[in-house]
Amino acid sequence: MSETALPQPSALAAQNRSVPAAIWRMLRTDRWALAGALTIALLGLLAVGADVLTAIEGQDPFSYHTDALDPATGGPAGVLGGISGTHWFGVEPLTGRDLFAIVAHGARTSFLIGLAATAVSVLLGVLLGVSAGYLGGWYDRLVTWTADVLLGFPYLVFMIALGVVVPASVPRPLLLIVVIGLFGWPTHARIVRAQTLSLKERKFVSAARAFGAGPWHVFTVELLPNLWAPITVMATLSIPGKIGVEAALSFLGVGIPPPTPSWGRTISDAIDWVRSDPMYLILPGAALFLATWAFNVLGDGLRDALDPRTGVRG
Amino acid sequence: MSSPRLSVENLSVEFSTDGAWHPAVRQVSYQLDAGQVLAVVGESGSGKTVTALSLLGLLPATARVTGRALLDGTDLLGLDAAELRAVRGNRVGMVFQEPMSALNPVFTIGDQLVEAIRVHRDSSRAQARQRALDLLRLVDLPDPEQRLRAYPHELSGGQLQRVVIAMAMANEPAVLIADEPTTALDVTVQAEILALLRDLRDRLGVAILLITHDMGVVADIADHVVVMRDGRVVEQGPVAAIFTEAHQDYTKQLLGSVVSLTASATAQPVPEPDPGAEIVARDGHVAVAAHPAHRSIPDSAAVNPALLLDNLSVSYGGRFRSLVVRAVDRVSLHVEPGEVLGLVGESGSGKSTIAAAVTGLVTPSGGQVQVAGVDITRLGRRAARTARGRIGVVFQDPASALNPRATIASSVAEPLRLHRVLAGAALERRVDELLDAVHLSTSLRNRFPHELSGGQRQRVCIARAVALNPDLLIADEPTSALDVSVQAKILDLFADLQRELSFACLFISHDLAVIQQVADRVAVMHRGHLVEQGPTRAVLTAPLHPYTRRLLAAAPVADLAEQRRRRQAWQELNAAGHRG
Repeated sequence: MSETALPQPSALAAQNRSVPAAIWRMLRTDRWALAGALTIALLGLLAVGADVLTAIEGQDPFSYHTDALDPATGGPAGVLGGISGTHWFGVEPLTGRDLFAIVAHGARTSFLIGLAATAVSVLLGVLLGVSAGYLGGWYDRLVTWTADVLLGFPYLVFMIALGVVVPASVPRPLLLIVVIGLFGWPTHARIVRAQTLSLKERKFVSAARAFGAGPWHVFTVELLPNLWAPITVMATLSIPGKIGVEAALSFLGVGIPPPTPSWGRTISDAIDWVRSDPMYLILPGAALFLATWAFNVLGDGLRDALDPRTGVRG
Repeated sequence: MSSPRLSVENLSVEFSTDGAWHPAVRQVSYQLDAGQVLAVVGESGSGKTVTALSLLGLLPATARVTGRALLDGTDLLGLDAAELRAVRGNRVGMVFQEPMSALNPVFTIGDQLVEAIRVHRDSSRAQARQRALDLLRLVDLPDPEQRLRAYPHELSGGQLQRVVIAMAMANEPAVLIADEPTTALDVTVQAEILALLRDLRDRLGVAILLITHDMGVVADIADHVVVMRDGRVVEQGPVAAIFTEAHQDYTKQLLGSVVSLTASATAQPVPEPDPGAEIVARDGHVAVAAHPAHRSIPDSAAVNPALLLDNLSVSYGGRFRSLVVRAVDRVSLHVEPGEVLGLVGESGSGKSTIAAAVTGLVTPSGGQVQVAGVDITRLGRRAARTARGRIGVVFQDPASALNPRATIASSVAEPLRLHRVLAGAALERRVDELLDAVHLSTSLRNRFPHELSGGQRQRVCIARAVALNPDLLIADEPTSALDVSVQAKILDLFADLQRELSFACLFISHDLAVIQQVADRVAVMHRGHLVEQGPTRAVLTAPLHPYTRRLLAAAPVADLAEQRRRRQAWQELNAAGHRG
């Protein structure tokens, strides 16, 4: 009887719609989010079809093309870093490797590590966050304490050190995924734990427990369906950060080892050539920028659609 | 009588959603004179609160208000923001439903009162503080000097509501708008607050616009009644006319559906206990002699009770022994098979804690909880799970009791799935049967809870609770979140199901009228102790314990003459209490 009968249609509707329906509606109404989603789709296509696309171009990211270089400077021959019908993005200085092939295969590296590391950290974050929030007690204190320690940890320094210590026989992409994923879970765990604490007080959770439901049933049937919205939003918003960390590590030379293409390492190399061959920096830089921008606007759109309280755009 | 204090003329309110205008209030007119209480009555969604908020410009920006609202000749709807601010809290005071959220938790009562005074008056802090003190005296708050320095959490709900009323009265308003001022309070506190409002009307001549859903409150305090439904005024007139000769069907229906306490409040002689005896008894009707009680009454259990609580204690509290709160203190009671035991008490009395202990949501700190002869607090995990299947639960708020992301069918099927009783087509058939049993169309199967009304949702909860054919049903305030007309239907449904399935039931409520209708036996709780227990008729007509007598006298009924008698009984009890 506490209702004041003020209609709040947008808030109610958004809260009660199923997650896929809400996402679909958002893509039709929010142009920025749609642009983000399309960009992600294009870059994803570039990453998945890197082999096919470079085959169409007739190039690969590993073979040297000294004929495409200007013998006097070592830079690419021709304008705009040697952009031509045979080299769509031009070539790399000194080696003459095809830049389009490098960017396309670099997209593969970035997406693989960004998505896989996000999956690891979201999985860990959700499991630890829900269990800490639901079970409480000393276990909750242990999880929150560990999360706080990890959040304050100088992880970049740690990763650089780890990159030196771990033997070369361990595949680098796997190492990066595990390490970036392990350092990413605390933020997710915090959000999920807070949501779980408030859901736990709702009577439908009590009802399920009163009917004899165990923790696993409560987690999968009662809590998880109500957590999909925040999980989707925080996962999308954390992908660009993970891609950025991979690029940063490769930029510093402790990420993906050559000759596997990586945007971060290419950008690092291109810094030396920025005056004579700016396209060498601009093209992989633009790819990295587009990827992070696209995931960010899509994540913002998702948050507006799934969590109306934080909406900023009308 | 000169022109009225407040005159609302053809007021309409519309809300804009997705570009379309939806009317919430249509062409409402009423008048309020000085020294009168005008009660606006209606069920949720009738537009009674929206009308009042529109007078002060408190509606969201999506609202469009038309018509006129004259306060002593000034049209409130024509005022700009600054002029409206000068009216709010000054010429018009406002009292909200939930006193705890109406006050700022980080400032003292004194600071907030002084602030309310100084917003509209040029007075020094010392003067304002003196005025605040006077106001707290005006609303009969004990120890006003100390209360000024107290923070909101240090006061009880009733005391807080007195502070909120004091704040609303700070600048001697012409009109006091009270939006469900007693709905969040216990009945005995409600009776005190209503007495205070009546006193303010008589002493200061303030005009009170009272918004309520409770016909008992209307009978207690109103001079004039406006009945609203779907944004329209259905009927209005003096309170006597509305109660005795209502013209509109809806008003009659509203009055008819009120679940009312029929037991009269006239005091019956109580057998004088032997001095020194701790227990008073009269033919199977037992009570503690002392008030406040320091112990619970003993239980004389039946042969094979469906539920037996033996010296059950539940404590809440931290690791320090001194801070432990005994929510339930050595309570013994039983429910026989097929019997409905009504458990009555005010908030904080421990009645919901008992429900939580029986359903396994809290762990008792002592005593036993036996369901069909088995102590369920000492079972292993698997055995406890099987035992849970014999207990059904219905909670107070059906909106929170259903998973918002699960369909109606899957919510109802949940206990069946959990205990792996049925699967596949048999499960679907059983869900249809259950929906049918609670009079819901099976076409609602694939709907989500937000698509249903409050009453429908509670029916779903009941269907889920009886899905496993439980021996025992725990109903924790199952009707108190519902409108009166819905409440009556849910109680009928409950009675039908109980007769049909003959489960034993522990029915918890603060509402004596509801208990009277459903319960065979009543147990009364007060501050963690069971103070009285006996057959419903005996307890409600001839209560033995002083607390039960207060509870009975405080419950308002929707009948003018009877309510006047009750008010008198209440005043006598209070006077006796003050003497003693």
